[in-house]
Amino acid sequence: MIAALAFYLFAAILIASAVMVVTARNPVHSVLFLILAFFNAAALFLIAGAEFLAMILVIVYVGAVAVLFLFVVMMLDIDFARLREGFQRYAPFGAVVGGILFLELVLVLGSWSFADTADDLRLSPNPGASVTNAEALGRILYTDYVYLFQASGLILLVAMIGAIVLTLRDRPGTRRQNVSAQVARSGSISLEKVPVGAGVKELGIRRPPEPEPEKPKVAHGAGHGQGHGGHH
Amino acid sequence: MDGFLSTPVGILAITLAQTLALLVPVLMGVAYLTLAERKVLAAMQMRKGPNVVGPFGLLQPFADALKMLMKETIVPSGANRYLFLFAPMLTFMLAMLAWAVIPVNEGWAIADINVGILYLFAISSLGVYGIIIAGWASNSKYAFLGALRSAAQMVSYEVSMGFVIVTVLMCVGSLNLTAIVKAQETVWFFLPLFPMFIIFFISTLAETNRAPFDLPEGESELVAGFFVEYSSMSFALFFLGEYANMILMSALTTILFLGGWLPPINAEPFTWIPGPIWFALKIALCLFTFIWVRATFPRYRYDQLMRLGWKVFLPFSLLWLVLTAAVLKLTGWLPA
Repeated sequence: MIAALAFYLFAAILIASAVMVVTARNPVHSVLFLILAFFNAAALFLIAGAEFLAMILVIVYVGAVAVLFLFVVMMLDIDFARLREGFQRYAPFGAVVGGILFLELVLVLGSWSFADTADDLRLSPNPGASVTNAEALGRILYTDYVYLFQASGLILLVAMIGAIVLTLRDRPGTRRQNVSAQVARSGSISLEKVPVGAGVKELGIRRPPEPEPEKPKVAHGAGHGQGHGGHH
Repeated sequence: MDGFLSTPVGILAITLAQTLALLVPVLMGVAYLTLAERKVLAAMQMRKGPNVVGPFGLLQPFADALKMLMKETIVPSGANRYLFLFAPMLTFMLAMLAWAVIPVNEGWAIADINVGILYLFAISSLGVYGIIIAGWASNSKYAFLGALRSAAQMVSYEVSMGFVIVTVLMCVGSLNLTAIVKAQETVWFFLPLFPMFIIFFISTLAETNRAPFDLPEGESELVAGFFVEYSSMSFALFFLGEYANMILMSALTTILFLGGWLPPINAEPFTWIPGPIWFALKIALCLFTFIWVRATFPRYRYDQLMRLGWKVFLPFSLLWLVLTAAVLKLTGWLPA
């Protein structure tokens, strides 16, 4: 009973926030509603017992993809008046495209039928009580579907390389920091152990050598004790 | 009584009691962590630190909290009001939410779930939203710059953190936090996986926006970064969230590498001390290192921070992951 209630609650919020993604006036609000939708989808996964998928959904989509998305949307300087300008003109085209898509969906779903064994598999992400979710996924993914898994990984890699190639520019004249060269450099810095209170003048480190003071030294601490203040 | 405790209301009451029993010590820890930080920093800089309010300054956190409560909450005129007030709440909420799965002792977790480590990773990766929403909703360029920096930084360091966690998981063979601690009964993971321990610790510094990676709030160029417009309780919530996140990350380090609640040697004098105390001691050690680092290192430059994350930590942790997998496979130590 509680699970059913929770399901309807999360499903309702999911649909409502998905609607808000499309209708919100501010694009940042749209992205935030999208994140809410992801969360509720994760909750639905949890109710179905697919805890691994739920966590991965939150980590990948909410924790990484949506952050970058939000990042970009916040940086955009969007003129809302211009965005809404052509609404009247484009509305019929949008309606036609949407209508065609809807018809196609209806056609596909009209001829849809469930397999006979589907009912037994419903809501059973675990092959047994002793096998956890992640283990069950791993057993299938890395055995039967290992080539497909690797292929999808390769596709993602190619996409990543493509993005890098598109954005990489080798600008002439930039001065890059070579950290290993800096760290490997020796001789310019030395570590000297100085007796406490003696100062560094006597060791000859300070350059250029100062002329000898004429008047006799005043209080010993006055000359050397300073220079430690100022830092909170 | 037994009948009542197994009803839904009874289960709810038990969970509430457990939550209070965990969160009250955590919040007290947060309060005293602020004092400890000031005291330790003071000692490292040859000062006294807060010593006026109460004996040894022990009541200072409460004086600070009272001061924060008394101040006026200011919402900037151009700010997005709801998101502006929502951001600190989110930060604080996430910092508290993650404690649900932390096992303080054997079987002492509020929710001992199968995917505990993934849950923690998910919650910690959400922490960036509090910052990015705060920066955007403030309608201030300093806050926004701080938020952008923070978003890029946290996403970058999460990648190598993920690899470190995967390496530990390979040695355990489970995503359950209790199982991770139990797998360290023979040897704590910080010894065999020492480089990963270091990488993880440095990544947690970046993840919690602590020195030397505190660029999101770099006061020398961004005034105070993402929370420059916040005052009063909304600021206090950010502050509490940051310190609670520090404790959480220390707890995570303890669970992954320092053997959780296990004593250092499973022998007589060490086993007299109960597990939660060992757990707290290890967290305190990590927290001391957090403060020690803050007192020792200057702030990173932003390009150096990115270089460290992407060009040093990421390849190294990936290499170590493959190496660990190879060693586990070849020696047959791979957990079933």
